[in-house]
Amino acid sequence: MEKPKLKTTNNKGETVIAIKGLHKSFGKLEVLKGIDLTVGRGENVAVLGKSGSGKSVLIKIIVGLLKPDRGTLNVLEKEVEQLNGKELDELRLRIGFSFQGSALYDSMSVFQNLAFPLIMNVKHLPKNEVEAAVEEALEAVGLKDKAERMPAELSGGQRKRIGIARALILKPEIMLYDEPTAGLDPITSAEINELINEVQEKYNTSSIIITHDLTCAKNTCNRIVMLVEGKFLPSGKFEEIFKTDNQQVKDFFNYNFIQ
Amino acid sequence: MIKGDTKKTVLSDSIDEYFIGVYTAYKFVIRFFKEVFVPPFHFRAVVTQSYEIGIKSLALISVTGFIIGIVFTKQSRPSLEDFGAASWLPNLVGIAIIRALGPVLTALICAGKVGSSIGAELSSMKVTEQIEAMEVSAINPFKYLVVTRVVAATIMIPLLAMYCIFIGLIGSYINVHAAETTSFTTFFKDAFSSIRFVDLFAATAKATVYGFTIGIIGCYKGFNATKGTHGVGKAANEAVVLAMFLVFLEEVIIVQISNWMR
Repeated sequence: MEKPKLKTTNNKGETVIAIKGLHKSFGKLEVLKGIDLTVGRGENVAVLGKSGSGKSVLIKIIVGLLKPDRGTLNVLEKEVEQLNGKELDELRLRIGFSFQGSALYDSMSVFQNLAFPLIMNVKHLPKNEVEAAVEEALEAVGLKDKAERMPAELSGGQRKRIGIARALILKPEIMLYDEPTAGLDPITSAEINELINEVQEKYNTSSIIITHDLTCAKNTCNRIVMLVEGKFLPSGKFEEIFKTDNQQVKDFFNYNFIQ
Repeated sequence: MIKGDTKKTVLSDSIDEYFIGVYTAYKFVIRFFKEVFVPPFHFRAVVTQSYEIGIKSLALISVTGFIIGIVFTKQSRPSLEDFGAASWLPNLVGIAIIRALGPVLTALICAGKVGSSIGAELSSMKVTEQIEAMEVSAINPFKYLVVTRVVAATIMIPLLAMYCIFIGLIGSYINVHAAETTSFTTFFKDAFSSIRFVDLFAATAKATVYGFTIGIIGCYKGFNATKGTHGVGKAANEAVVLAMFLVFLEEVIIVQISNWMR
């Protein structure tokens, strides 16, 4: 398979996500223990970690679905904690979120799934503009012919693609991917990886990609961070992380490659 | 830990859980009233839900109402005949169906059909992250999913109750007409002769309260479902059981109030 071309970051020092000292607990279980992370414009960052290590919690905090206990969180120059409901909604329109299980609306067709965020957020949008936007998003994910299908009629990979298309419909500046290749076969996973790179290339998005899949992390991300016991280990390029002496990271990498 | 202490802890946890549940439900209802009068109003979604709740329940309400009308008339006739009061049958049926059977029967059918459907649909949306997907798309899921369903149930269930009363009386008329030649007009005139405005008002008011109860309980249970398929089944089941219980409780209270007003 051809090695994907990763776009180099053109952040010029511009930070779109800045997290400092972030803590989050659920009851007595402390999931995030003061993590720091910055993501530059146009940069793709992979967050690796064991199941239940708090990776998904992190991106849910970024988009305001969960509240942190402590720490500061600046997204697109907004302090998320200080935003009221309307301001948070305005920020959310600039962030795309691709869910692990796709989270497509079961009762709506693919077209309706994609049109829904547009119709609900852009008042008096002419029908032809909605159709054009949906068509463009479907074209971006290579599923233009599936507009009239119901989510139940799609394969796992197609559902993921539609989930990404729905996140792209409002032209976000940041994309958050929660396990984009989980449960998919290697060929479909490679297609999703390619799609993530195309999205970065075409829309100049910054992304955080939560994954267990090292191939996905290697082929889609400019930088990798690993979440171990509620804290990030030093970040770096795939090759740098791969050569680490940290036993937990080694175990993680060994499992992926040996298995 | 000794056995007695374990029992005490379990009991104390259950009590805590109960009061937390009551408080959460109270906050859910308050949130509904805060959001129902504030734009944006999703009229199209209300119409869709009204169709789902109202039109799609018509067949079931028709069959049940019609059968109840026939059966109630058939069962009451011998007793009234014993007292030589068979001519009072339309009055008895009118009072029974309009005051009690119509609204309560409709509410119980809807608690089963509509309550479980709302509970299962919303809980399934919750566990598959569809509700969170709405939130991250800057769409208020409470307004779009809860407010529209509760409003639709509050509007449609009284209409269904009125329809059930009408169909029940038709069933009763067919039975009466088969036994003695009574005209349609005479039957309805007799059936309504003992009904006052307060009865019609109470029937409509209580069906409205039942509609609101069924809608809000279904949404509350669905919206607060726990993760997993077990959560979906539990939410649907609890939505039905709690809605039915509250319908009976409200029936007792409203009957008491309407008796004071009479």
